[in-house]
Amino acid sequence: MNARINDFVIKIANVNGTGSASANGLLMKAIFRMGIPVVGKNFFPSNIQGLPTWFEIRVSREGYLARSGRVDIMVAMNAQTYARDLADVSPGGYLLYDSTWPRDKQLTRDDITLIGIPLAQMVNQQFENIRARILMKNVCYLGALAALLDLDMRVLEELLKETFADKQKLIAGNLKAIELGYQYAKQHCDCPLPLRLEPMHATAGHIMVDGNTLAALGCVYAGATVGAWYPITPSTSLMDAFKEFCERYRVDPETGKQRYCIVQAEDELAAIGMVLGAGWNGARAFTPTSGPGLSLMNEFIGFAYYAEIPAVIFDVQRVGPSTGMPTRTQQADLLFAAYASHGDTRHVLLFPADPAECFHMAVAAFDLAERLQTPVMVLSDLDIGMNDWMVPKLRWDEGYVPDRGKVYSREQLQDMQVFHRYTDSDGDGIAYRSLPGVHPGGAYFTRGSGHDRRGAYTEDADEYQDVLDRLRRKHDTAKALVPAPVVRSKKGVKTGIVSIGSCDAAVREALDILARGGTEVNYLRVRGFPFNREVEEFIERHEHLFVVEQNRDAQLKALLLLETKVERRKLTSILHYGGMPMDSRCIVSGINEALAKGAAA
Amino acid sequence: MSFMQKPRVSHSQLPRNELGLTTRDYEGSMSTLCAGCGHDSITAALIQAFWELNIEPYKVAKMSGIGCSSKTPAYFLAEAHGINAVHGRMPSIATGANAADRNLYYLGVSGDGDSLSIGFGQFAHALRRNINMLYIIENNGVYGLTKGQFSASADVGSKAKKGEVNQQPPIDPVIAALTLGGSFVARSFSGDKGQLVPLIKAGIMHNGFALLDVLSPCVTFNDHEDSTKSYAHTRQFYHPAVHADFVPQKKPIRAAYDDGESMPVELHDGSTVVLRKVSKDYNPTNRARAYSYLHEHQKRGEIVTGLLYIDEDQREMHDISNTVSAALRDLPYAELCPGSAALEEIQNLYR
Repeated sequence: MNARINDFVIKIANVNGTGSASANGLLMKAIFRMGIPVVGKNFFPSNIQGLPTWFEIRVSREGYLARSGRVDIMVAMNAQTYARDLADVSPGGYLLYDSTWPRDKQLTRDDITLIGIPLAQMVNQQFENIRARILMKNVCYLGALAALLDLDMRVLEELLKETFADKQKLIAGNLKAIELGYQYAKQHCDCPLPLRLEPMHATAGHIMVDGNTLAALGCVYAGATVGAWYPITPSTSLMDAFKEFCERYRVDPETGKQRYCIVQAEDELAAIGMVLGAGWNGARAFTPTSGPGLSLMNEFIGFAYYAEIPAVIFDVQRVGPSTGMPTRTQQADLLFAAYASHGDTRHVLLFPADPAECFHMAVAAFDLAERLQTPVMVLSDLDIGMNDWMVPKLRWDEGYVPDRGKVYSREQLQDMQVFHRYTDSDGDGIAYRSLPGVHPGGAYFTRGSGHDRRGAYTEDADEYQDVLDRLRRKHDTAKALVPAPVVRSKKGVKTGIVSIGSCDAAVREALDILARGGTEVNYLRVRGFPFNREVEEFIERHEHLFVVEQNRDAQLKALLLLETKVERRKLTSILHYGGMPMDSRCIVSGINEALAKGAAA
Repeated sequence: MSFMQKPRVSHSQLPRNELGLTTRDYEGSMSTLCAGCGHDSITAALIQAFWELNIEPYKVAKMSGIGCSSKTPAYFLAEAHGINAVHGRMPSIATGANAADRNLYYLGVSGDGDSLSIGFGQFAHALRRNINMLYIIENNGVYGLTKGQFSASADVGSKAKKGEVNQQPPIDPVIAALTLGGSFVARSFSGDKGQLVPLIKAGIMHNGFALLDVLSPCVTFNDHEDSTKSYAHTRQFYHPAVHADFVPQKKPIRAAYDDGESMPVELHDGSTVVLRKVSKDYNPTNRARAYSYLHEHQKRGEIVTGLLYIDEDQREMHDISNTVSAALRDLPYAELCPGSAALEEIQNLYR
């Protein structure tokens, strides 16, 4: 096999609850610190202990962050899934197994190389404690991989020391386990393998982090003070992270008191209610959730739309319908979020594609929610929210001033003859609001029942329609305020891809693959709803568009058909919805097949 | 439903409170409830209580859900913000509003359908969190707006207007509040303003969640013979166990209370509730005793009223979560944003 430097996939099959996640994280981070672009995807069960789990690390000198569809080295640590893991290895690849126990001779392949290392045996000789034996077996394969792949041992040791800085006792044991694996591989295998690592300088100025953490950080920087939530996979780590950041950066240094309030609600109905109560009362408030939670929030989302109360909702999408597959990823809440709740409703949505965008869009979401006085939903997904991605380091603009929107101050209310809550005085569909407890002149009754432009109850057709039509104008105003799409296009190219969110990495890789094959395709990634003018223009400029998304029912395509002037015949769907993060292959083959049929000729 | 503008008439003879305001300044728009509705009496008691407490109306946030009772916040404190949430979800709105600004007065008005059926979960959890608010349930045992279905507080054997007899045991909000750890549990009757006004005042000044269940007969759908929530039935089985007198901060407490019979309880702001026991063996600071007393009297069909339980030392939500004393919504952005240097520091963790 020819040497493949910094371009391969390692997949580790394990049992959940054995501490493999930290060993795998160390491996990925060590590669990152060697300056080599890397991405990791965790495929974990909705379970605490005992079920199969996989971690896939793609090393990519080109910097591709999607899955590749290959498995070059399989570390098969789970007897339960051994047959399947063996079959998954790409031809010419390697499988590393624990040779402490006899391998099933029935299961073999002659197109791959098997590497046996007596992990359990070595570890059991060195460690007494049962739990340590389980954990150290995972650290031991890390050592073996280090030798096989030429991983920089100094980097690994340094990382280990940082990781266990608070638990010094653990360092020696971990180092010993690494050394066991490393030495065994050195002595018994042909190290390094043709697949190996070589230091680069491609990760400088980057960080490796998950989207939920950065979304939480965005909430802190946006000045959010109230967070209400109900735990649900895969959004839970967002509030966990918010709490951690707040404990560090949001405590009054003099009194030790908190400049934030987090309420773990009894359910998602209450969580969104708390966010609305806080938003109505002038605080920046948010709730993280996932599909089932968003379903429960429906009634209140309609209330917030109609009563015009700012709120920020993070929907970290998982596989539906119903409970679906809680630990798998999808983009199937799109249509439901766009028109959530009964009656004529339409909402402002933001679509981050990676953790860095989770940060920036979190900040933008609060500005938009207060500017537009409406709920804003950030539609992330499990892949973005829970996996570590390599993204450019964040910069903070010290000149940032939160956009609190149109809120009358005490002084303004004092000088006012009369205040009417729902009157459009600026012509942009956005009325001025007042906050409770500020001035008697600002008092009004917030209601989800029919109301006129003054805020009074009405059952009159004209008065009702007057408000409803203004809400539509307000939504149109949002078109120019939501983030513009990201466009990659060349003049004269008539075929394009329209995609969304976490498909981005796979689409970008597909574009390069197609270009190498002589097919130029332009690309637009929508980042907000309602769609801005740039989306319309891109669609108009192209004769044929492939809409790439992660759901069965082509929801982005449906939304484009509903909300733009696009002709149906222009759009072809490329859909991926099995729950695993998307890779470029389905896009490349989808487009090639369509082109072969002459669809875009 | 303010189809009719209520005239703002001010009589020069009307007494003024310390803010120079008359009770008229505490009124709202015209009630659209049925003539004789118990809820209107509660509205009048609220107006009286806020006026007597010298609270500026705009410092109050009025919250409600859906139903006849939930309409009433439009009928008092015109200068206060009000919010009519979705059905049964007022407690969560109140929780969030309170989280944003702990320094306003929060008043929730709900009904037996809103709090004991569709909103039972939120009611229980707001109470459990000890949100600092007065929570009134205007309890009539019936769904008025949908024309007369039984609610969850209807008693076994109570007969509906159309003749149907309720078979399911009722949920008693007072018993529920006692068992869920409520810090202020009271019951009154819309027809007894003398008892109701001090209870409202004490509930507003209580530092935590004050539950006030007020029997408030529905004249249209539940005031007939064989109804256990009618005016006649309530009057007949009315059993005040404790009288509460509210003594504001500045006034000295009269020394004339007899030790065995009265008990002053100091509230957070320095004001006092003086409890006068009607029933000798009643102790409103002992949760278990209060519960068994209620239970026994309930078996006899009696409706026990008064300030039935109070614990002023129970910590409210913000005290538990150690929030700053200023309103979170008013904190300057500079105190909330960690800045670019901190962002550098944070990101070192992800290298």
